[in-house]
Amino acid sequence: MTSVAGAGPIEAPREGLPNSLPRPPGELERLRAAWWMPTGWRRFSAVNNTYIGVLYIGTAFVFLLLAGALALLMRAQLALPDGQLVSAGTYNQLFTMHGTVMMFLFAVPIVEAVAVYVLPGMLGARDLPFPRLSAYAYWAYAFGGFAFFATVFVGLAPDSGWFMYPPLSSRSYSPGLNADFWLLGIGFIEISAIAGAVELIIGILMTRAPGMTLARMPVYAWAMLIVGLMIVFAFPAIIAGTALLEMERAFDWPFFDANRGGDPLLWQHLFWFFGHPEVYIIFLPAAGMISSLVPAVAGTPLAGHRAIVAALMAVGFFSFALWAHHMFSAGLGSLSLSFVSAASLAVAVPAAMQIFSWIATIGRGRLRYDTQTLFLLGFLFTFVFGGLTGIMVAVLPFDWQVHDTYFVVAHFHYVLIGGVVFPLFAMIYHWLPLVGGQRLDERLGRWVFGLIFGGFHVAFFPMHIAGLLGMPRRIYTYPAGLGWEWPNLISTAGAFTLASGILLLTFDVVRMLRRPSKDHDDPWRAPTMEWIPNEDFATRSIPNVESRDPLWQRPSFVEEVVSGQHWLPGTVTGLRETIVTGARRADLRHLIILPGPGWLPLVAAFGTAAYFLLLTVKWVITAHAFGLVAIVCTIAWLWQTDRLPEATDAEVGRGVRIPIGAGGRASHSYWATVILVIVDMTIFASMAFAHIHVAMLGDTCPPLGAALPAALPLLVAGAGFVLSALLLGGCARPLATRAMSLSRALPWLTAAAALAVAAVFVLVQAHDAAGLAPRAQAWGATVAALLSYVGLHAVLIVLFAGYLVGRAGAGLLTPRQRASFDNCALLWWCGCAQGVLVAVLPHATAWAMR
Amino acid sequence: MNWLRAPASQQAGVLAEMGWVLIIGATVLLLLTMVVLVLALRRRLPGPVRAWTVGAGIVFPTVLLSALLLYDVLRVEGLERPPTADPLVIGVTGHQWWWEVRYHDPASGRWIALANELHLPAGRPVQIGLTSADVIHSFWVPTLGGKMDTVPGRVNRLAITALAPGVHRGQCAEYCGTQHALMALHVVVDTPEDFDRWLAAQASAATPPADAVAERGRDAFLAHGCAACHALRGVAAGSELGPDLTHVGSRLWLGAGTVRNEPATLRRWIADIQGIKPGARMPSFKHLDAATLDALAAYLGQLR
Repeated sequence: MTSVAGAGPIEAPREGLPNSLPRPPGELERLRAAWWMPTGWRRFSAVNNTYIGVLYIGTAFVFLLLAGALALLMRAQLALPDGQLVSAGTYNQLFTMHGTVMMFLFAVPIVEAVAVYVLPGMLGARDLPFPRLSAYAYWAYAFGGFAFFATVFVGLAPDSGWFMYPPLSSRSYSPGLNADFWLLGIGFIEISAIAGAVELIIGILMTRAPGMTLARMPVYAWAMLIVGLMIVFAFPAIIAGTALLEMERAFDWPFFDANRGGDPLLWQHLFWFFGHPEVYIIFLPAAGMISSLVPAVAGTPLAGHRAIVAALMAVGFFSFALWAHHMFSAGLGSLSLSFVSAASLAVAVPAAMQIFSWIATIGRGRLRYDTQTLFLLGFLFTFVFGGLTGIMVAVLPFDWQVHDTYFVVAHFHYVLIGGVVFPLFAMIYHWLPLVGGQRLDERLGRWVFGLIFGGFHVAFFPMHIAGLLGMPRRIYTYPAGLGWEWPNLISTAGAFTLASGILLLTFDVVRMLRRPSKDHDDPWRAPTMEWIPNEDFATRSIPNVESRDPLWQRPSFVEEVVSGQHWLPGTVTGLRETIVTGARRADLRHLIILPGPGWLPLVAAFGTAAYFLLLTVKWVITAHAFGLVAIVCTIAWLWQTDRLPEATDAEVGRGVRIPIGAGGRASHSYWATVILVIVDMTIFASMAFAHIHVAMLGDTCPPLGAALPAALPLLVAGAGFVLSALLLGGCARPLATRAMSLSRALPWLTAAAALAVAAVFVLVQAHDAAGLAPRAQAWGATVAALLSYVGLHAVLIVLFAGYLVGRAGAGLLTPRQRASFDNCALLWWCGCAQGVLVAVLPHATAWAMR
Repeated sequence: MNWLRAPASQQAGVLAEMGWVLIIGATVLLLLTMVVLVLALRRRLPGPVRAWTVGAGIVFPTVLLSALLLYDVLRVEGLERPPTADPLVIGVTGHQWWWEVRYHDPASGRWIALANELHLPAGRPVQIGLTSADVIHSFWVPTLGGKMDTVPGRVNRLAITALAPGVHRGQCAEYCGTQHALMALHVVVDTPEDFDRWLAAQASAATPPADAVAERGRDAFLAHGCAACHALRGVAAGSELGPDLTHVGSRLWLGAGTVRNEPATLRRWIADIQGIKPGARMPSFKHLDAATLDALAAYLGQLR
């Protein structure tokens, strides 16, 4: 490695700015050339965050409109008692799709999409750390999402509610393909979300502008960091849950079938362990946006900055303890219910803290009443209202009356529309100038706000009344004479008003985006860096940050960055680059090369979407053909990664050189893989939870008719996994000093992979010999599910081995360029660890149950 | 807001009290917060910033919510305690889309099966054991208390001590499929004497047909396969696929609270159930001629 690497963190030059003027001729042109944007239909191969971000936001907005249209149909049906507009079956599809599309295809994607677009600029990075990953995640979401929505038009939309409780959603009570579309359709969102989490965490911790210490990082970035971490721990539960439900439907493995030792509540635990953090995953970005907006419109720094960050962390953390408050009437024990009720009340404290900090900031500033401010005020009123009804439903006895009624429908629309959509609309008004330089029309904005705010309250306030009058959720009609007529009629009128406001906003946005682009001239005098003028390459130089509010700290700051006087004003290698900095103090670490346009992510995404959708309609062979396309594209894409240029270090400022690329634990791809390992282990933990939960239900463990496998084969299998992991580690020893040759890689990796595969075989054989019957009992089904998961890892291990042999053979595995090996190794070891755990778990559970 | 204004059981009374505390409390807090916001907008927010971020943002909610939690726990504790007096135990099983109800007949010692309507003696603690035969439903009669899910494979319990005679409407509160919307039930609270009389009547076998039309109706019941799903104690063992009809004439409503129990609606229900409750598991019997339908309705109507 170079001399700079061992010298520790690199500080900015003490005197003056990183670079001086005049900049060498041609530097700007080279930078523009490196970041070229393909034209015409080739634009679809672009991967940079501003392009993908706009597509992503636009697609999510389309889903808002589509799901909103479904809601209008529902409201039309409910306007009068004994409604005849749609049949019961159609209505049940409508509300299921409305909830599913809103939660999975609008809410989570849009908060991720806004971060994809805005965050790199706000952090001073040139792009996200893995542009092709974002592109893949977006296209998979787009293809999969639209195909999923299309099921509405052919009557195959899921109809068991957005939370799909079994037994209603199991094969016996939902025999059609509808539920399978939901289960496999959610798969795309799961992929997109995990990819998003990787981008967010790595981007925020490793690619901030030099000098942007954690203390100087904007609150919005903190919010997205916490959201990324929450996604990592929450989404695996639903990944596991949907996998189990799909296995129940496809293979008749009775995880949730009480007749065969399963438990419908198991689904609820898994779903809501995801589901509750999910709503905070949706809300925290909005809270972050508000923390960005308030200083800008009040013209004063955020009050209680550190406390707000602590509050966000508290919300993120507490949200994982609250899932059972969705199950207050399911018959759980009163001690656990009291604990959950207490935690649900406690989470209101960090929320209140943020509210009063925002109000205090407004109090010491001078508010400008632009449209975004109106939405900010609308947010404050509506979200506080929704938060208060949230406190009400956290109180058990109250929830026993209003659970599953329109009171709860009102509550969550208040916190989701008031707490997320209003901030989003505010940020559309605030941030749209970043996209094409145009501001939205202010006069129209007043109408937009009035229709939306007024329409919203007219639509949703009466639902509190309807719920308190006894109207349950998810009913396609109601009889006259119960007093539910007036609230419903008024609600419907409000809903259409709300819709008209949203349409007006859509019209204005489309109109403005079609105008020719121009510079935005910082219309709001905001303090954060996304407002620095930029082009496709982001800012001309990477800013050196010295304050929490960089654009207010020095009037000349923007001019300095734009003229190239900060870090890396050009491209050193002629390729796209950004700087990796330390997680806490954002000190300079190394340069990374970012990829340019390419078709592989898009094609791989199409293949992935097609695979899952065709599998749902049981076109197995065609599905696997597309799956193969996806895998081939992914391997080709990975093949292009982990390539360093000849140059080993780069000058980013006067006399300041940093290495290009970094190996081992300094590599950003290493940490991305660590995140994937955590996701993988959490999925595994969820499946293990399913096994333990089911085991605890029975009188004996294993239940009657099932038997534990013999100990010897389990020990052999465990040893096999351990040996495989050791061989893999041993293979890499010489890699510290010299390139890995084919003659080393081939035998070591083949042996290691073969050991893992053999270990899986031995495990499966051992259980088979003990009479494992997944269809007969839930206990056996959970064991089979765990075995399948380990088997999936064995397949991955074989793929890793082949890939690494290929890399070694091509001479691409060197001491300096070894991320492929290190990252595959992490996942390989994860698989082996899971293999050992699965070998031990059934016995351990049985022993604990004695 | 019937459960708030007219709670009709001990448990519902506690829930109503807590409901009003919460509604009034939340309204006051919303107004206070908005006053603070308006002050801030007019740049008249008094005090240092810390008073608001820490005082109003952390200290005040913590104190208030702790008090609320204490109140919550103490009030609920009373609800959870098992009744000291010997409770009346009733079994309720949720079906798609009707309620199977089981009472214990003290005279014969057997459990009798009814459907869609419960009777409770005023003043006596009642324990309802809840389960489901198919998917998750939720038993909820707002004026008598909170809801409790019916989960297959589990027996959940709900305690109700009704205060005075009256009729109460309930509705399934967990989405359970196509006709979740039309799965209501009624609970009639009787005086203890009326209740005993009602139970004794329900425990008896089906009333024999009073006239020729009714007798034709009974024969039609047997001839057209009704007993494949419906039991008529003393006439046909039936099965448990559908509601027990032994005393269907005594019920206030038909079809799980869907239509009132009157001769015309009863006839229409048999002939065209799919028109009233599409997707229900019972087929329409449109193909029967008018006379048969009249006879069936007459027979079932007099099964009090």
